[in-house]
Amino acid sequence: MSEPLLEARGLTKRFPGVVALNAVNFAARAGEVHALMGENGAGKSTLIKCLTGVYPRDEGEVTLGSRVIHPRSPREAEAAGISTVYQEVNLIPDLSVAENICLGRQSTTFGLLRWGAMRTRARAALARLGLTLDVSLPLTSYSIAIQQLVALARAIDVAAKVLILDEPTSSLDEREVAELFAIVRRLRDEGMAVIFVTHFLDQVYEIADRITVLRNGQLIGEFPVAALPRLQLVARMMGRDVKEIEAMDHRPAAAPRSGEAPPVLAVRGFGRRASVKPVELAVHAGEVLGFAGLLGSGRTELARLLFGIDQADCGTLEIDGRPATVRSPQAALARRFGFTPEDRKTAGILPNLTVRENLIVALQVRRGLWKRIPRVEQDALVAKFVAALGIKTSGPEQLIKNLSGGNQQKVILSRWLATEPRLLILDEPTRGIDVGAQADIERLIAKFRDEGLAVIFICSETAELARNSQRILVLRDRAKVAELSGAAVCEESIIHAIAGGASPPAGPAGP
Amino acid sequence: MSVVLPLVLWIALAAGLCFSRRSVVFWPLLALALLLLFNQLFTPGFFHVEIRGGHLYGTLIDILNQGAKVMLLALGMTLVIATGGVDLSVGAIMAIAGAVLAQRFVGAGWSPGLAIVAALALSVVAGAWNGLLVAVLRIQPIVATLILMVAGRGIAQLITDGQIITFENPTLVYLGNGFLLGLPFTLTLVLVMLALTAVLTRRTALGLFVEAVGDNETASHFTGLPARQVKFLAYVFAGFCAGLAGLVAASNIKCADSNHAGLYLELDAILAVVIGGTALTGGRFYLAGSMIGALLIQTLTQTLYMRNVSADIAPVPKAIVILAVCLLQSPKLRERLARLGGGRKRRAGA
Repeated sequence: MSEPLLEARGLTKRFPGVVALNAVNFAARAGEVHALMGENGAGKSTLIKCLTGVYPRDEGEVTLGSRVIHPRSPREAEAAGISTVYQEVNLIPDLSVAENICLGRQSTTFGLLRWGAMRTRARAALARLGLTLDVSLPLTSYSIAIQQLVALARAIDVAAKVLILDEPTSSLDEREVAELFAIVRRLRDEGMAVIFVTHFLDQVYEIADRITVLRNGQLIGEFPVAALPRLQLVARMMGRDVKEIEAMDHRPAAAPRSGEAPPVLAVRGFGRRASVKPVELAVHAGEVLGFAGLLGSGRTELARLLFGIDQADCGTLEIDGRPATVRSPQAALARRFGFTPEDRKTAGILPNLTVRENLIVALQVRRGLWKRIPRVEQDALVAKFVAALGIKTSGPEQLIKNLSGGNQQKVILSRWLATEPRLLILDEPTRGIDVGAQADIERLIAKFRDEGLAVIFICSETAELARNSQRILVLRDRAKVAELSGAAVCEESIIHAIAGGASPPAGPAGP
Repeated sequence: MSVVLPLVLWIALAAGLCFSRRSVVFWPLLALALLLLFNQLFTPGFFHVEIRGGHLYGTLIDILNQGAKVMLLALGMTLVIATGGVDLSVGAIMAIAGAVLAQRFVGAGWSPGLAIVAALALSVVAGAWNGLLVAVLRIQPIVATLILMVAGRGIAQLITDGQIITFENPTLVYLGNGFLLGLPFTLTLVLVMLALTAVLTRRTALGLFVEAVGDNETASHFTGLPARQVKFLAYVFAGFCAGLAGLVAASNIKCADSNHAGLYLELDAILAVVIGGTALTGGRFYLAGSMIGALLIQTLTQTLYMRNVSADIAPVPKAIVILAVCLLQSPKLRERLARLGGGRKRRAGA
């Protein structure tokens, strides 16, 4: 292969208390799509941001061509020939397509904009992608997919030699992704170096020529795609030895449930465009159903559909074997569902309200506006759950934002337990909390299950999933790809299923 | 009387300050006490109260009577701000309410009672309009209520056909000028509304819902809380409060003056709420704080008036005092001041 076009050697970036990148080497070559892979927090974004001048690097050297570069801002990086398209469309919605493409590099005469020149330039940039748009219309008049392509046009409008795509496909559907890839291939064949950051494994194998894997800020390695089968890639991203995965012990299976009662919740062909492809699932009382999959695989999106936060646009839903609908969180609450969101800070807690208020709010909503829960009953509820879940707080009137993450999570759990739910959907309930609290929450999940609750448990840690679930639904690229039960509920099968295309997940795989 | 009343007032203020030492209400209350102290010392006749024909008269009574409009507005505004919104249209709704009252009574010959009901009903409709725009159509509150703020006075003009309609009916005049048990009737109105609002918010779950929505709308929504309905209700209630204030304003001057009724009072109401400790970003609200805020603003206005500060420049000292109160409330600034004081003490000790 040719000489590297963009090369970073020994790149190090520290943040207070963490080393986000530790002496990472990275090289992108002209005429090649290079995928940058790693789990959340592996350092992908930090690496990109160091390359594009968003962060100054602490140590290391970056060369473009044969020149050492020190971009201090994305604009300087752009001027040097490194352009970036971000995950979220990073343009100004109310400006026209032409303005968005030329913003910051408008051609002017005596300080006045030359609109004609701008429009011509924008049209030319789009034409390179095979697109013809009315460039004088505001950006918002086009779909997200087109907006993403406009961002791409903007990125290559400057004489870009390196194009960085930071999860550009997260909000696109299949057809739109295919269109984007056709364009990326063309740019690659024109001799551009493309760096592609994504969570979607299938897309990596579809478009990438080479893969660099990061984990915890460390470089794990650089591999030609052909030399890195899926299972190995997933193992490297997760920090497992493939042999270790293959030799892993199988946990004794939990006793299979006898299926006399209809499931608490069952869906068929249930999905939403550009969010989750139609899935089928059922969860019974006294059972923990795990959702496995990499970040962005559609786990959270499916949970949101089930709880009525987003509305499904196809499929049917049954509760206790009878057709039903759950079209809003209010409806879900009335059906005695509970949901602890993944993002506790922005979607879970009411930060400036007290522990007591945070704890009783769902029950209060269930009882209605006029039937205020008497203060005595509120205090009794709080005392009960603080004791039962071991919530550490200086008192019921403490503001919840002053509690630690684990204790906040326990309050949110209590919020739903107070409503005596039948189904609990827990999205990453143990993320960002300390080990002790995590063990507590795992114990609680087992207890809820034994008490006859149906639990949907979403978790990125495969070991944790395998420990706590009776059955596991595996998602990849926003579709259900496998359902594991009995003996197959083990880390190895989960990882196999997440990686996909490997050996059949049921049963132990021989060496 | 002129000795007893100030004494009672001072004892009440001192008790209030002690009681609210750890609450956000402390700072506006302290500002009010300081302002009154200033007047006690330097403004002759400020505390003079006399009884004429069984009614109390004096500057303090005027403050209560004149402050009633902003206090009524502030009640509704508190709930709206607590949901994370703002209502700029309450001044215009006051004009509409006054216009309906006068037109129905004088023009259509309705009984005073019916005219009052009609005025309040239209105010509620106006509030519902704001609620529709904000809660259902999701327009930013400042823009949504700006529409009625601008259009409201035009609507009032349409109702009165561009005329200033005067009335002399004793019932209607009583609303803004009458006395009950020696005190202005408006004071009773404010106290009743305050009690009603307190019951409505603290004896039902409405207060919790409002604070939850204002604190974190996403989390509230995920809890199944009917966030939209709660917001809608807050604007409807603000409309009702504005209607009451509009009745008082029309009654005060015995006519419906669409151009001037309630002019700029929405700003005083917002200020009263903020001084009272409710954050513009929403969440926790303090009804008592809002009332104290409204009284502080009115006392300030009255002080400037009595000290012969011309009405043209009065906003300047008013702004300075309000800025001081807002700065006092900022925990960061207080922390810094405390550190500064501590530093000085340390240096003095060394």
